[in-house]
Amino acid sequence: MKCRRCRGQAVIELRRHNSSFCKDCFFDYLTNQVTLAQEKQKMFSREDRVLVVVSGGKDSLALWEILLGLGVNAWGLHINLGIDEYSQKSEKSVRNFAENYDAELLITNIKDEHGRGVLDIASKTTRTACSACGLIKRYLFNKVALEKGFSVVATGHNLDDEAASLLGNVLHWKEGFLGRQSPVLPSVHPKLARKVKPLFRLTERETAAYCILKGIDYLKEECPLVKGSTSLHYKEALNLLEQKSPGTKHSLYFGFLKKRAVFEPPQLNLKECLRCGQATTDETCAFCRLLSEVESKTRVSKERIC
Amino acid sequence: MKVVFINQRKEIEVAGCKRLKNLLDRLEINPESVLVIRDGNLITSDTHLSEDETIEILPVISGGI
Repeated sequence: MKCRRCRGQAVIELRRHNSSFCKDCFFDYLTNQVTLAQEKQKMFSREDRVLVVVSGGKDSLALWEILLGLGVNAWGLHINLGIDEYSQKSEKSVRNFAENYDAELLITNIKDEHGRGVLDIASKTTRTACSACGLIKRYLFNKVALEKGFSVVATGHNLDDEAASLLGNVLHWKEGFLGRQSPVLPSVHPKLARKVKPLFRLTERETAAYCILKGIDYLKEECPLVKGSTSLHYKEALNLLEQKSPGTKHSLYFGFLKKRAVFEPPQLNLKECLRCGQATTDETCAFCRLLSEVESKTRVSKERIC
Repeated sequence: MKVVFINQRKEIEVAGCKRLKNLLDRLEINPESVLVIRDGNLITSDTHLSEDETIEILPVISGGI
């Protein structure tokens, strides 16, 4: 198979673009897609300090590498989730990357901060592990961004993530989530950092290929808590459609972006959480409510033991 | 040829697949969900395969959104 641009030997075929690329042309394609995403959506400017949330997986490390290559002032933030050996490997992967690229890295550890890992927290609440994990990560990266003066938080969400989320939101008609699903979430409160997803034009197959070709040593092991998650089912379903009809994921998500104003939520009445001071629509934020639930369950079980 | 499934600690022997596309069809693997590596290099679906080589299958779908 030949590269569509230079006619050299192709290393990857992108059926959704009816294209194949050699290594160098693929790097150009991928970097151009990130630049296009950033410019079209006005994600950040040259003056912004960008906090990149890095798990140690392919998407976040590819994102960090690309932003550094584009000259963006991009710092990494790793959140150690306290999932035993998996979290240790994740942190190691991120530390190695930061060392190899001489990049600035911040690390926060849930067990150090709150005395419990994600699984322990989730097991004492009604949330699934992935739901609790997502909530905790969103809270912590926003908190670190505010404390350390970052104007923008970037995450490694890719086209597959966004299309799978969209499918889930449509299947259950979660109109509130549909209104908030976007590659850019502006700061609508002084206690909320701007959030951006510069990889939303790229599939996870493309970010994985980028890491392999660039020699980025990402953690290939999957999180042990994610097995059987709904998001995986949605991704598999979309990939089946993609196989039969290339471009399905792109068409689904980009079609939605053109129409998403229909679901635009009304202006939220945000205030500061009475417990931690972060932005919330309630008296206390979802994170503090989660911790309260854990604390009350722990108290009850201790009383039963006594 | 030897087919190694990265992350699954699984290896199998497959015979009679002349191209990568035939191999993925035979194993019922969706090409959208994997990358295929030979001698450290990514290969495309039309790549000719020979019986004495090792092919690695790397899944690319990750879970938590």
